[in-house]
Amino acid sequence: MPKMTLTHFEAALLFAFFTSIVFGVVSHGDDRNRWRYGLKCFAYFLVALFGIGWLMYLGHG
Amino acid sequence: MGDKPKTVRQPMPPLKVWFGPVAVAWLIPGGGHFLLNRRGRAALLFFAITSMFLLGLMMRGALFRPKVGDLLTTLIYCGGFLGDLAAGLLYLLTVWLGYSQPEVAGHVHDYGTKFLVGAGLLNVLAMVDAYEIAAGRKN
Repeated sequence: MPKMTLTHFEAALLFAFFTSIVFGVVSHGDDRNRWRYGLKCFAYFLVALFGIGWLMYLGHG
Repeated sequence: MGDKPKTVRQPMPPLKVWFGPVAVAWLIPGGGHFLLNRRGRAALLFFAITSMFLLGLMMRGALFRPKVGDLLTTLIYCGGFLGDLAAGLLYLLTVWLGYSQPEVAGHVHDYGTKFLVGAGLLNVLAMVDAYEIAAGRKN
């Protein structure tokens, strides 16, 4: 099994990507709504990622 | 004070309707959807959950073993074990083929462990979705 080393950002981005796919697939509505929900989840993940990242950076002093 | 509308409890569908798709959904991510003729969604679920699990293994994440101690230890280790187990065949093959890693300190390994549990928990969502489709509660 090859070894993989990722940064915090890359790992969080991949986690957000795969999780958003599943959230989109299992959501209700037609295909258009599923796509929209998946993209919305991914956007929320990114906002949380950058927001919490900056919060930790600024809070660290 | 307004009365809250009562939610009508739907009767449990017969076991033979949903057991097969849910069992296959547990063993193979997306398998339940494939069995229910939702091929596109099945492929997406398979891709997302399997990729996440394999990335977790490549990051040398550890698989949880049930351990009992104080409340937090029990919650983390037993919950983590159930999360790992929910990945189905991916988990079983990893253990049988000896790819299970010991716990190592480091942020990449830590992310790997979370990816492994996360893949299992996403598979639980896929199983619930397969159940709802099989039971006719969802398209």
